[in-house]
Amino acid sequence: MIPVLKTYKIFIGGQFPRTESGRYYKVHNNTNELIANMCLSSRKDFRNAVVAARKALPTWSSKTHFNRSQIIYRIAEMIEGRKSQFVEELILQGVSQQNALKEVEQTINRCVYYSGWCDKYSALFSSVNPVASSHFNFSSPEPMGVVSMICPEKSSLLGIVSIVLPAIVGGNTCVVLADEQMPLCAITLAEVLATSDLPGGVVNILTGKSSELHIHFSNHLDVNAIVYCKDNLAEIKTIQENASLNVKRCFLWNKKF
Amino acid sequence: MQKKNQSKGFQWEYAPAPESTDTIQIKKQYELFIDGKFVKPLSKKYYETHNPSNGKSLSKIAWANEKDINQAVKAAQNAYKNVWSKMHAAERGKYIYRIARMMQERAREFAVIESMNGGKPIRESRDIDIPLACNHFFYYAGWADKLEYAFPNKNPKPMGVVGQIIPWNFPLLMAAWKIAPALACGNTVVLKPAETTPLTALKLAEIIQESGLPNGVVNILTGHGDTGKAIVNHDGIQKIAFTGSTAVGKYIQQSLAGTNKKMTLELGGKAAHIIFDDAPINQTVEGIVNGIFFNQGHVCCAGSRLFVQENIAKEVIKKLKQRMKTLIVGDPLDKNTDIGAIHSKEQLDKINFYLDLGQKEGAEIFQPNICIPSNGFYCKPTLFLNTSQSHRIVQEEIFGPILCIQTFRTIDEVIEKANNTPYGLSAGVWTDKGSKIFHLTSKLKAGVVWANTYNKFDPSSPFGGYKESGFGREGGIHGLSAYLNF
Repeated sequence: MIPVLKTYKIFIGGQFPRTESGRYYKVHNNTNELIANMCLSSRKDFRNAVVAARKALPTWSSKTHFNRSQIIYRIAEMIEGRKSQFVEELILQGVSQQNALKEVEQTINRCVYYSGWCDKYSALFSSVNPVASSHFNFSSPEPMGVVSMICPEKSSLLGIVSIVLPAIVGGNTCVVLADEQMPLCAITLAEVLATSDLPGGVVNILTGKSSELHIHFSNHLDVNAIVYCKDNLAEIKTIQENASLNVKRCFLWNKKF
Repeated sequence: MQKKNQSKGFQWEYAPAPESTDTIQIKKQYELFIDGKFVKPLSKKYYETHNPSNGKSLSKIAWANEKDINQAVKAAQNAYKNVWSKMHAAERGKYIYRIARMMQERAREFAVIESMNGGKPIRESRDIDIPLACNHFFYYAGWADKLEYAFPNKNPKPMGVVGQIIPWNFPLLMAAWKIAPALACGNTVVLKPAETTPLTALKLAEIIQESGLPNGVVNILTGHGDTGKAIVNHDGIQKIAFTGSTAVGKYIQQSLAGTNKKMTLELGGKAAHIIFDDAPINQTVEGIVNGIFFNQGHVCCAGSRLFVQENIAKEVIKKLKQRMKTLIVGDPLDKNTDIGAIHSKEQLDKINFYLDLGQKEGAEIFQPNICIPSNGFYCKPTLFLNTSQSHRIVQEEIFGPILCIQTFRTIDEVIEKANNTPYGLSAGVWTDKGSKIFHLTSKLKAGVVWANTYNKFDPSSPFGGYKESGFGREGGIHGLSAYLNF
């Protein structure tokens, strides 16, 4: 039997469209064999994704924290069910069997870990402040809004999960650019998210080139924050400059996941 | 069963809507859950547990004695030393998540059994008790690997083996309130359900067994007061967590004097429910009904003392009486039922004692003219009007569907009256004004103050008392410290 090859598309608003640009790029494994044609997402794809993320924000951020924790726990359950698929996909992208299994298990644990945070972080970071005049004063954390994210390199699954989860735990929605060289697990993760009761648009995943998209990820005026996980100093500078256009919060994480 | 409710000439009849009991399984006999296995009691004794709505026996239950408790404590000590305290916290959490999920899967079965064994309306067990119990496990599961965030730089450590004794009014929910935080903090557990309501706790034991939780981490032993006493006095237990009456709580506190055991006590209450003249009357009346008639009034935080501002008292009482005429008292398994069966004959006797006493003390009694079933233990929802602070029905916890009403004129007056009680578990305030709410939350000496709502519980919110309502908190980040050494 001839195996049916999977078409890797992108994930916007809970749907799996192809890039509107019709462009693609090839992904090879470490022995230079072709493993997939990926969508080379465009500025327009990103802008569509931001619209979807913005639309999903009121629903997602007003869900009870408990409900968010249930949904994120469901993500862990769904990944557990597709464990072997993720392991195979990691191996296909050049990860050793042992490391692939470890990465998937760590990913599941991380989902469980963040599920627990949903209904706890606000107890840790809120306070009734003992102000010295006769008014009542309290503070509690609120989501930032729409977050654009550029994934770390060389981590197909754990990287994206580790940056997306804390954002959605806090009630934000996001648009994520998967790692250019190892994008497969990000799209399979999208299939998990689409079947985990996560409302469409909360997480949107694009594939493509950071060198092209980091400009748009950082200068879009309807994006409130940006997470960047690579170590390209020129891109970092552009992102930081562009962020000033609408005072985006910038998070630079270049640690290994 | 016939139900007729009369209201202003209309006659509403509700067709029976009983919840099916086909999907549940109750064994003829239940053993003790020790070290991951169901074992026969060394005492060789059993007792029967009943359905309070018809007095019929549901099952035979093992009655643990000191030797059984000793076995359980040994199992819990071994589990603590060899497995549970060594396990990575995140893995510990995953076991608790698993229990939460399995409870969610079997929620309906739990709800039906809870109503059969305890007498509470299926609507409440299905929509409140069981989901809250599941959520409690879910919530505390997440804390297991985050204790350092809850208590930074304090190096939180588990206590060891904890003994837990719970009441009959919320059998599964109380088991969840006790077990979930204890496990999340890394302790092992010996738990005794109330003698009259062991069934859902034993079902939980089955789930714990199926979940693969290491043997001995949770031990559930049924029995009577002597069983509880054996837990309280066992040297191998580091902490006692008790929910129940203030009398027993005082006894436990006294028994533990001079030992190094820690304790938390969640005891009785006589909550003030305060209605200001700017409150939305119709919602408030619903709140009053929920506050006192929820779970037949078998609620430690029931809003059993109503304080209505004088200028609206007449209207509130009129509407409350009208509303009470529409309450359906009957079969706990019927989905229309508002007020189920009184938990036991003993409890009904106690309630009837107070019904007599209130009238002797000079209060005016009101009971709606509604039908109640002739078999089983039932009590009509009751108001006592013209009560005063010195009445025993106002001072003592009745634990039944009986509301004592007083009036007030000023805020200072109602604060004084509300706090004039040895208890301090909860209170309720109804007003349109936020500033009044904040003023009262700081002045009312009660662990929980509800504003414009009542009897709202959540795993993330701490619950516990002032004064003789006990000490320690359950729920939320605060509930963790009850199970940790620093």
